[in-house]
Amino acid sequence: MLFMGLSLIFMTLDHRFQQLQTLRAGLNLIISPLQYVVDLPLRIVADSSEALSSRSYLLTENERLSSENLRLQARLQQFEALKNENQRLRKLMQASERVADEVEIAEILSVDLDPYKQLIVLNKGSYEGVFVGQPLLDANGVMGQIVETSPLRSTAMLISDPSHALPVQVNRNGLRTVAIGKGSAQTLELRFIPTSADIEEGDIVSTSGLGGRFPADYPVARVSKIQRIPGEPFAYIEAEPLAYLDRSREVLLVLSRPEPEEQETAPTPAEETVDSEASPENTGLSEDNQAKEVSAGE
Amino acid sequence: MSDVNCRPMVIPLSFVIAFMLTLMPLPDWAIHFRPAWLALVLIYWVMALPQRVGLGTAWILGLLLDVSQGALLGQHALGLTVVAFITLKFYQRIRVFPLWQQGISIMLILVVYSILIYWIYGVTGHPPGTWLYWMPIITSGLLWPWIFVLLRDVRRRCKLS
Repeated sequence: MLFMGLSLIFMTLDHRFQQLQTLRAGLNLIISPLQYVVDLPLRIVADSSEALSSRSYLLTENERLSSENLRLQARLQQFEALKNENQRLRKLMQASERVADEVEIAEILSVDLDPYKQLIVLNKGSYEGVFVGQPLLDANGVMGQIVETSPLRSTAMLISDPSHALPVQVNRNGLRTVAIGKGSAQTLELRFIPTSADIEEGDIVSTSGLGGRFPADYPVARVSKIQRIPGEPFAYIEAEPLAYLDRSREVLLVLSRPEPEEQETAPTPAEETVDSEASPENTGLSEDNQAKEVSAGE
Repeated sequence: MSDVNCRPMVIPLSFVIAFMLTLMPLPDWAIHFRPAWLALVLIYWVMALPQRVGLGTAWILGLLLDVSQGALLGQHALGLTVVAFITLKFYQRIRVFPLWQQGISIMLILVVYSILIYWIYGVTGHPPGTWLYWMPIITSGLLWPWIFVLLRDVRRRCKLS
């Protein structure tokens, strides 16, 4: 009875107030050697396959990578020029300058968590400067955010988790929406898009930076299915995440802090775990912002 | 194996192995079939040595399981405490059952466990929307005879009683 009561109290505290972070971090320290041991065999296999790969394979790979590097360098030159130009223009418009985002590489441990949540464990923790709310990318797009840190490990929630919502915009026309996870790594749902809105299959959506937790303009997903149901105010839209949510091994942790300018316009971080009733209010907010930004852009 | 000093280690070690089996990555199709390793090992020890392994152990194990799974803190703690409680009530009866009947009783206990966990998922807003959620009960029940025999042999070797 005592233990049952205690568990109930713990659950309420954890769910409602997020007060048990230190306890969790402590217990996590006990678990982390186990995670390390479980992860070890796969790591050894990966390392040894690297060590045993043939010379010719390595040579071709090296060639491929250096040519790719050359191509990227060339594009980077252009990018630098564009960045400078952009910064100059922003200054002219007296908008605040964008801070370049720095990234750090972390590895995903091959450890299985709760199968009904989309969580991953990373091999870096608060000791290396990982903080709760830190955005997570892979080479192709946004993956998720850190929800829990212990000194040596951190747990991240993927954007496909059913309790994760991410404010995004359609790249083509700046239409704002919220990408909500559905519990599978292959689909997200885009909510609160009116039936008459201009959105097509194949559109890329990227982070809008509203909510101030994710930096703006990182690609998130490609629209894969649109259902316009007559009589319903909103269309049902599915999108496919661009990041390899279930295949990446290495991920990038973004080091940027939220930009103050955008925090003012969106005081409530929508990327937090949202309940469904909190969301409509949120879209009202984002539409408002959209109007503001459009007028500012002109 | 034959010496006595495996005594203090064997119970914690079996729990550590159960934890590792729980954390071990499985291919996507198998993920829903993973037996409730920790619950099985816990039931065995509560049944065999009810004076040593009890509700407190169950609760602490549950907390650790919650942290390692990234679940709500207390979710599995509650579940495992209830599992230990039911086992403590009925261990004298379950002990003398033949193995297949034991398997069925274990499945019944795990049904209670799964319902509790399901309920907590539901209360916090995200019930797992698939029938596969209940599969671990069946795989655990089928595995029980092997786990029982294995742990019994280990216990006898170490002369734990």
